[in-house]
Amino acid sequence: MAAGPMRIRASVSGDEINVRVLMAHPMETGQRKDPSGNVIEAHYITDVVATINDKIVLTAEWGPAVSTNPYFEFNAKGKAGDTVKVKWVDNKGESREDSVQVK
Amino acid sequence: MKSKAMKAAGWAAAVGWSLCASLALAQEVDTTKGIEEYRRMIQDGNPADLLAMEGDEIWTTSYGPKQQSLAQCDLGLGPGVVKGAYARLPRYFADTARVQDLESRLMTCMQTLQGVDPEKIVKEDFLKGERLRVAKLVAYVVTESQGETIAVDTAHPKMQEMYELGRRMFFYRAGPMDFSCASCHGADNQRIRLQDLPNLTKQKGAAAGWGSWPAYRVSASQFWTMQHRLWDCFRQQRLAEPIYGSDATVALSVYMAVNANGGEMMTPGIKR
Repeated sequence: MAAGPMRIRASVSGDEINVRVLMAHPMETGQRKDPSGNVIEAHYITDVVATINDKIVLTAEWGPAVSTNPYFEFNAKGKAGDTVKVKWVDNKGESREDSVQVK
Repeated sequence: MKSKAMKAAGWAAAVGWSLCASLALAQEVDTTKGIEEYRRMIQDGNPADLLAMEGDEIWTTSYGPKQQSLAQCDLGLGPGVVKGAYARLPRYFADTARVQDLESRLMTCMQTLQGVDPEKIVKEDFLKGERLRVAKLVAYVVTESQGETIAVDTAHPKMQEMYELGRRMFFYRAGPMDFSCASCHGADNQRIRLQDLPNLTKQKGAAAGWGSWPAYRVSASQFWTMQHRLWDCFRQQRLAEPIYGSDATVALSVYMAVNANGGEMMTPGIKR
């Protein structure tokens, strides 16, 4: 299944920018079983990288404890017009990258 | 002397009791505050937005035996008009000669425009297959009514008939627990765990309830449509499962929506 787009909102607050990201991902822990008793394969985001104008401002290592469709918010130095790019990679090697301009 | 000591003891007990009472009260206030704080924290970034984005795409994509999109679907405000449509549903549709809620109307559109058999959707489970497609469309349509005023037109006699049917169902006690919808939703200030139970018999409660569904449920990571919500209310009352999109479910929706008239659509909602 191709991963759906992220919803990224980036806005200026003072001398920083506030970035809010909503990711579409099942975040399966690998601990659950389906109705017929088979283990549902683990499928979760392992790495998140955020860049502003192609400069890395944040990296994160995630695991199965993060919820389905994660919501993620951070502040960073930046200004209106900057390009915020967020990329995630999951344990199956799938990835998704979306970007938005700061308003 | 003895009586004085008794009095003192009594006084101390009274102080103790009032202290207990005020502590309990403080705790109750803290709980309410805590719940409000939790709700505020989950308010931003409703994952239903992700489904709405998908639903938007589904709306405009060709599908089904007829390979048509839903762009010409009439939700009551004319073919293809989505903005504000949900705030005016359920309503009477002349082409089907039925009062329909959003989901039964979407099934009609999928049948007439795309050739998708509604029976298939009716027999399916929630969150699966075609019904999941409908849910994504619902997410899209209700998002387009966010902030609108609930304005359900009751002029048509069929609407009045459905309202009356819905009202009677709402108060009808049945099942092994002798429950009705009114058992939980017929009084003010009821709560189950973190969820307030709105009093759906009054405008304020109905607006809070009807206006915040369909909703994304954080605990289950699932988006629930109104049909799904009603289906679960039936299950919680240990009643037989209602048929998806049936007149019974639409009648209950009419009852709630009409009671909510004048309130604000806050859809999609986000819940525990």
